[in-house]
Amino acid sequence: MAAEGEAGGMTGYIKHHLQHLTAPVGDGPFMVLNIDSIFFKVLLAIIFLVVFLRASRRATSGVPGKLQCAVEMMIEGIDGIVKETFPAKTRFIAPLALTIFALVFLMNFMDMIPVDLLPAAAHAAGVPYLRVVPTADLSTTFGMAICVFILIQYYAIKHKGVVKFVGEMFTAPFHAHGAVGTILLAPANLLLRIIEELVRPLSLSLRLFGNMYAGELIFILIACMTLGGSFASGMTWAMAPMQFIAGFIWTAFHILVITLQAFIFMMLTVVYLSMAVQEH
Amino acid sequence: MSITVTLIIQGLAFLAVAWLVMRFGWPSIIGAIEERQKKIADGLAAADKGQKDLTEATQRADAIVREARDRAKQIEDQAARRSNEAIEAAKQSAQTEGARIVAAARDEAATETGRAREELRKEFGSMVVVGASRLLEREVDAKTHAQLLDKLAEEIARG
Repeated sequence: MAAEGEAGGMTGYIKHHLQHLTAPVGDGPFMVLNIDSIFFKVLLAIIFLVVFLRASRRATSGVPGKLQCAVEMMIEGIDGIVKETFPAKTRFIAPLALTIFALVFLMNFMDMIPVDLLPAAAHAAGVPYLRVVPTADLSTTFGMAICVFILIQYYAIKHKGVVKFVGEMFTAPFHAHGAVGTILLAPANLLLRIIEELVRPLSLSLRLFGNMYAGELIFILIACMTLGGSFASGMTWAMAPMQFIAGFIWTAFHILVITLQAFIFMMLTVVYLSMAVQEH
Repeated sequence: MSITVTLIIQGLAFLAVAWLVMRFGWPSIIGAIEERQKKIADGLAAADKGQKDLTEATQRADAIVREARDRAKQIEDQAARRSNEAIEAAKQSAQTEGARIVAAARDEAATETGRAREELRKEFGSMVVVGASRLLEREVDAKTHAQLLDKLAEEIARG
């Protein structure tokens, strides 16, 4: 059933599916752009912005339309979460949380599209490789997580001031009494602080990436059930119903996963930002 | 499956979207929501006020109706009393008038009877005198026997 009738059979099929459409922009393995991830993320961002900004421009305080109702429901929910969690007054956190949820959800949702559909279409159009789920690309999740990391540091400095921010690096989480104890504990505190700060973007990005990558891989494996099968073969007819059932179950289950992962990414961001502005 | 320079673009795109949402989308929707909340709160307050006004007006109307009913009853009572009084007075005056008329009639009848009796007596007296003079065949001196005759006439009248 795969459009990519390449040599290598199942392994080749899987490898092909996990290959990004890339464009090198410099030397070395790092200086490579994943065109497909960027394309789909920007496309989904534009779709989200068009719908959202349209809804907001037409927002009326009178009787709202259905789109406005949906957008308002999300906004009110997220606004409530942020107000409950984030201790300080802020204009940016709630829109940021909404953006994370909407973007991550939309990018995850690309996993719901039949796994071969867009790559096959792209192949027919002459594009050799295509991965349609941007969140199954570590660069995407890590890029967002690094932004969150930078924001955490920014809010921490903004709300505590540079002196306190730096001071806390050496005095928390282990609090000592007296100068000697403080100096003794300073390296341990700094080390723990660095680990703590670095773990956040790592866990954020790896959790989302892992879930989406695994989900995509399972879709690919399900697609392998009838890979290369012909209508003449009895095996194809035996496997096709199983493939359908497996695909159906995994898709249904994955709806939960993609929503949950989007929510977790959003929620953890808000929680991390709230922790950043609180005193240790 | 490796981290590449893509992450910078993805991160920037993400922040740009977040900024656009904050700058252009968020305020108008939150504003609309808050305005609607205010409108609804105002509407509910107005409804409450209307309800209270209605209750008050109903109470006032009830009071007015009750008062009017009382007053009507009062007027009715008064009218009934007045008419009773008028009837009573009319009855009274009619009775008085009737009694008076009856008395007058009785008086008149008595006077008339008395006069008739007097006349009759006089006539009878003169007839007696005439009869007696005829019987005696001589003139009875009316003047001399007047006293006797009167007495006789009286006796006759009585008898």
